Formats: sequence, structure tokens, C-alpha cells
Amino acid sequence: MIGAPLLQIDKLTKQYGQRVGCTDVSFDLRAGEVVAVVGESGSGKSTLLACMSGRLPPTSGGVRFHQRHPLTHVEAWRDIHQDLSEPERRSLLRTDFAVVHQDPRDGLRMTVSAGGNIGERKMAIGARHYNAIRAEALGWLHRVEIDDDRIDDRPTAFSGGMRQRLQIARALATDPKVVFMDEPTGGLDVSVQARLLDLIRRLVGDFGLSVVIVTHDLAVARLLAHRMLVMRRGLVVESGLTDQVLDDPQHEYSQLLVSSILRV
Amino acid sequence: MTSQNLAPTSAPAAAPAPQPRWEIGAPRLEALGVGKTFTIHARDQLALPVLADASLSVVGGECVALIGASGAGKSTLMRILYGNYRIQTGSIRVRLVDHDQWVDVASAEPHEILELRRRTIGYVSQFLEVIPRVSTLDVVAEPLLAVGVAAHDARDAARLALGRLRIPERLWELSPLTFSGGERQRVNIARGLIRRAPCLLLDEPTASLDAANRETVLTMIEEAKADGVAVIGIFHDAEARRRVCDREIDVTEFSPAVRPAAQ
Repeated sequence: MIGAPLLQIDKLTKQYGQRVGCTDVSFDLRAGEVVAVVGESGSGKSTLLACMSGRLPPTSGGVRFHQRHPLTHVEAWRDIHQDLSEPERRSLLRTDFAVVHQDPRDGLRMTVSAGGNIGERKMAIGARHYNAIRAEALGWLHRVEIDDDRIDDRPTAFSGGMRQRLQIARALATDPKVVFMDEPTGGLDVSVQARLLDLIRRLVGDFGLSVVIVTHDLAVARLLAHRMLVMRRGLVVESGLTDQVLDDPQHEYSQLLVSSILRV
Repeated sequence: MTSQNLAPTSAPAAAPAPQPRWEIGAPRLEALGVGKTFTIHARDQLALPVLADASLSVVGGECVALIGASGAGKSTLMRILYGNYRIQTGSIRVRLVDHDQWVDVASAEPHEILELRRRTIGYVSQFLEVIPRVSTLDVVAEPLLAVGVAAHDARDAARLALGRLRIPERLWELSPLTFSGGERQRVNIARGLIRRAPCLLLDEPTASLDAANRETVLTMIEEAKADGVAVIGIFHDAEARRRVCDREIDVTEFSPAVRPAAQ
């Protein structure tokens, strides 16, 4: 079920010198809502995601996050780029925010065991008890359908699909509120993709996560997202309910995207 | 002492008549002046007007059939009522499931439309959109889970619905992706009818069904009507239409050629 707004993107613009990343993007992400950002490579999707998740400072505009102070319980909207210090922003990325990268090597530590990859995130936010951390790591491996006896193996020994599932377990282990996913199924075989999509769909529902998922695959958007934004040359050209945009696209570029899908 | 002894006993207690869940005859859905034009950008902004000034209203307990030749816009109108297609003019007001409050589908925010679909409007399309790797039982139980029914109860209800629609039990744990057209359509109906919503949109629910299943589906529609559900359906099967529908709306009347320039 979809709740109140959690993240507000307000006229977000990112320029790399003369080159445009994204321009004047505004939208709200609600609690429990999955928003897909689609468009071709170079349309500004990943730039937008990096700015939203606090990893890239925007040129102008705001990214406000609704946060409850852990001690005082005071609720407030804070701009993650302007109102947070660098350590606070890094802390946000270890707690309420999580990122799932297209390439699992960007989100995992390849020389650390599977269990260690999950436990590390927990330890970074204060968990210390070895047995408890290991038990929780096992629980996460189970949730992402990785066998218990792989807990001491390094991700280098895993297949692409398993690595991606491990990355998701690592990201979700700290109980984030907002998860940013950049092409999480890109580069995987279709059968592996289907399994991963089903897994993501279930986890999102079970934990009531808010998700922004960047994808060029409209089928992924159809399956996972409540709402979608279509980007072209840094601009959001159309947005709406996923089935509205896919079944009745209004903008010239959305129509081109939808009509270009290959059907089997 | 039991309370039965105090009751003025005579005739064996008749089962109480089932109460409709929603008031029979109460307005549930009203479309007013709906206009829809598809604009095809790749064909030099080609404008295809499909509906002009389409209006209808449906009350609880009645079933309204949309009729008209193929291509007249019956399915388009259905998709508009569900908020799947956007419109250029008009409004679609739907009365919420448990408040005396109306929402306009045409101007509602995405999350409001999702909420309408979750509890107020049911829709059985012609084709089941299959989520890969999800079992038939879970596909059917999903609308109940979405309204907070416990997983165990939702799966029990799904078993009942699938059994009633004669989907063999050995198929329940499989994805409907592997099913025949008729089986898929029955899964679609089970999913669409498993949780009661006060408005129900049915696009060809009896197409490709055998006689026994057709009978079951028509009975299910009659049960929904008795519960006070407002039903809008497209039925090519004229006999089915005569049996469950109270009146017909000819969508041809909303053709832009018949009602030009309804601004």
C-alpha cells in the first residue's frame, strides 16, 4: 500500500560543464512506491539516480528526505545535499538509503565472503555480536535464495545472478527505507532475470520499500513499478501510472519507445 | 440456560436473507462527457478520435452491457473507466468502497488510482498479464493479500475459486504461463472476482469458456449483483448478455462521427 511522500525531488538539474545530465526534474516518491525511470542510454537516468541518492551533488534543485530523528523523534524534511554534512550523507547511505548497482562488483566487496558482505553493512551501523550477525546473514542468504553452505564463499565464486542477489541482500540488510536500483537486471540471462525480478518484487512488497529503479527495459518497469518517468536528453518527457504510460503513451518519444518493444 | 429457550420458537429458523454489501440502486460510477482521441506522433500527429461525449452511470446491483460493432470503442471505454487510458475531456466519478466520497479517475493522482483499483474497482481484462515464475494460486490470491487478508486465508480462498472454475488442482502450483487460453481466462476471472469490489468491469468474461464454466461465471456475476456490485460488461455472447445484463449501452452513440466536435 502506498503512503505519504518520503522523498521530494524539486527542479533537480545536473550539468557536467556544457553537457546536460538531467534538467529540471521534479517528482515525489511515496512510502511503498516503486518508480521506474526509463529512457535510452545517455538520457540522464543514472545521473538523476546518483543525485537523488546523495552520491552526486546537483548543479541546482533539491532532494528532500522526510526523516525522523533517531533520538528526538522529531520529523523533518531535510535536503540531503544542502542540509546534511558529508558524514551525515554517508551515514544516510548506510541506513535509510541503499543502492543496488548494475554491476555487482560495484556494490560488493569481491574479496570478502558472502556472509561478510552482508555482516559488514550491519557492523558499519554498530552491530558487534558475531553469532547474531552470522545468523542474520544466513537469514538474508535464505531470503535471496542462496544456499547456506555458500556463506563463506567469496562472490568471485558466484554466478552473475547469484552475485546480484547477494548485492541485494547486502543492500537490504540494514533495513533501508529507500532503495535506488540502477539496471539491476542488466546483463543477465533472461531466465536469471525473471527469477531476480520476482525476488525484487517480493522483497519490495514484504518490506514495504520505496524504490527508484532505472532501467531501459520496459518489461522490467511493467513488472515492478507503480509509476514511471520517461526521460530523453535529460528531461522527463512523460510520467504517470506504469500501465497508462505503456498502454496509452502520449509523448512522441514514449510512443516510439513502446512501439519499439520486440514481442515474442 | 441457553438463549434459544427465550426465543419465541415456532418454525425452524430460516437462514437470514443475504444482505447486499452495497446498497442496491445506489450510484457507483458516473462517466460524463468523456472524449478520447489517440494521437499518433509517428504518423505526423495523426489524430484518431475514438469517443466523444460518452456518458453513462451505473448503480449497485445492476449489470450494464456495452454493445456496438467491433472497433466501436467498447474496450477503449472500459480501459478509460479503469484509468488505464487517459482522456482529453470529461470525468469518470467513482464512489469509494467505504466512504460516501467520489474520486474522478480522469484527474486522480497515480496513487489514488492504484487505491481505487485495490479496493473499489475490479477489472477482468481479455488477457491475463502473467508475472513469470508466480504460481497460479499466488496469482489468484494476490488481490486479497493486497487488501491485507492473511496469506493462509487468501490461499484458501484462491483454492476455492480455482476449484469452482474447474482448474485442476495439479496445475495450481504452476505458472499460468503454461496454460491453455481457456484456462488462463478462468484464472483471470478467479483473480478478478476473488475480492469483492463495488464496481466490476468485465471484458468478454465468457469468451473461450465451455458450457459448464460459462454457467459458473454467469452465476458468479449474478452473485456479485446480489451483493450490490455495479457491473459493466462486454459480452459477445448474446444469450449471456440477456441473462445477466439489465440494460445495454450502445457505444456507437459515442462515436465522434455521430457526435462531432463535442467541445
